[in-house]
Amino acid sequence: MLELDGITYRYAGAPRPSMHEVSLTLADGEVVGIVGASEAGKSTLCLVAAGLAPRTVGGSLSGRVLLDGHDAAPLAMHQLAERVGICFANPATQLSRVTATVYEEVAFGPMNLGLPRGEIIDRTGAALEALGVADLAEREPARLSGGQQQLVAVAGLLAMHPQHLVLDEPTAQLDPAGTQLVAEALARLAADGASILIAEQKTDLLAQICTRIVALEAGRIALEGAAADVLADERLTGLGVALPGSVRIRRLAEAASLGSPQRDKLATALATLDAPA
Amino acid sequence: MAALVVTLAAIMLSGVVAPLLLIGVAVLLPAAVAGVVRELSRIALLLSLPLAISVVLVNVFFFPAGETVLLRIGPIVATAEGLRFAVEILLRLAAISGAIVLFYLSTRPGDLVIDLEARGVSPRLAFVANASVQTVPTMVERAADIAAAQRARGLDSEGSPWARVRGLLPLVAPVVLGSIAEVEERTMALEARAFTRPGRRTLLWRPADSRGQAVARWLLVAALPLLIGLRAAGWLAWLG
Repeated sequence: MLELDGITYRYAGAPRPSMHEVSLTLADGEVVGIVGASEAGKSTLCLVAAGLAPRTVGGSLSGRVLLDGHDAAPLAMHQLAERVGICFANPATQLSRVTATVYEEVAFGPMNLGLPRGEIIDRTGAALEALGVADLAEREPARLSGGQQQLVAVAGLLAMHPQHLVLDEPTAQLDPAGTQLVAEALARLAADGASILIAEQKTDLLAQICTRIVALEAGRIALEGAAADVLADERLTGLGVALPGSVRIRRLAEAASLGSPQRDKLATALATLDAPA
Repeated sequence: MAALVVTLAAIMLSGVVAPLLLIGVAVLLPAAVAGVVRELSRIALLLSLPLAISVVLVNVFFFPAGETVLLRIGPIVATAEGLRFAVEILLRLAAISGAIVLFYLSTRPGDLVIDLEARGVSPRLAFVANASVQTVPTMVERAADIAAAQRARGLDSEGSPWARVRGLLPLVAPVVLGSIAEVEERTMALEARAFTRPGRRTLLWRPADSRGQAVARWLLVAALPLLIGLRAAGWLAWLG
């Protein structure tokens, strides 16, 4: 379980906090989506949840981050990295740049953990397969497209087998097929018991994989609830968040006054679209 | 190892013949085997050009012991002794820059890091060594992207030398600041992948290291004190 308890965080030199009294609990196997306009605090929440703020970023934090009920503050960054993985939106900064092949790049994290060779090989192979990049294994990471690099970065994260996963717009550079691969990999991880926090603009993806949604506004929680409820909430648009395609189509159908049988058919079709892969 | 020995040898060897031999045998021959002579020549020339120009100007025109006048332009005099000394320095410079560029062209950074680690060097230190090498192409790529973006917004950075210099200025801040901003996120990404974990990493492989390569390394190490001894005894004067 990953828990944020009354978190207020201010970046070094900032006149006011970027996050105010945010409390959030992720149970094992739960996928929680974070939405909000730019500067709402999504990335800050990810940095705090992953333990990088204030450890690496600096700034001041009040409140506690708890991992399975224990305060994460005394843990060193490398100890935290074994338990909480984080992925950023920019793939270029996530590659180690010391590896010659995609295979080595994905194996980089498990190698740092000092795991036995056999386990590293197993984990790396599984992560490459999960993200559909096994065919890129011998390619040079720096020569891949942005989308391919992002899939490699996510594969590298999965290969570390963290219990908790924090993803800050992991599909920002991905095409629909790449986004679907990430969605499937995350759904599998959650099914295996990992808790996942994902900040994302693509609400269609969130509708597919999230159990709960938290909408942020100016560093505060503005909406929180079951994914289906929050993603259909009228107030979401006012918070600068696009509604999922299925919700928009449903509204259009309602506005067009389709008869009940057609609406039911459409709803069934849309439910299939939204269902986790 | 070879680059280090060539660099030290170039510093120790004087005259014209010895540095020429060094360039031929220790730089151009291996570069030809590796098929990188053209690229090596281009990069080494670019790398040493600013220093080479100043070496020629200072030594040809302001050599203190110059007596044989080749050319007189007002109060400035070019001397034959200065020219000879400049050529000697240029050859040493060519040997040193050639050796460094050959190392850069023939060694994959990842192989270097893995090999250093396997020999007991700290992964952090190996990473810094590699990151330093990798920074240059990354910054060149970033500069090209920013230059293209600036040109798309109407910046004239081609044509006369003055236009090119003027076009450089708007590049400097985004390239430098962008690189600094990237460093923070890169640091976080490395920390999130347990790079700061104390203790040894597991290495999956080691670069191939044949018996021949090992013998060549030891011969190179042995060649250094030999060169120093020969130089000290004055037995290398015939190469001048």
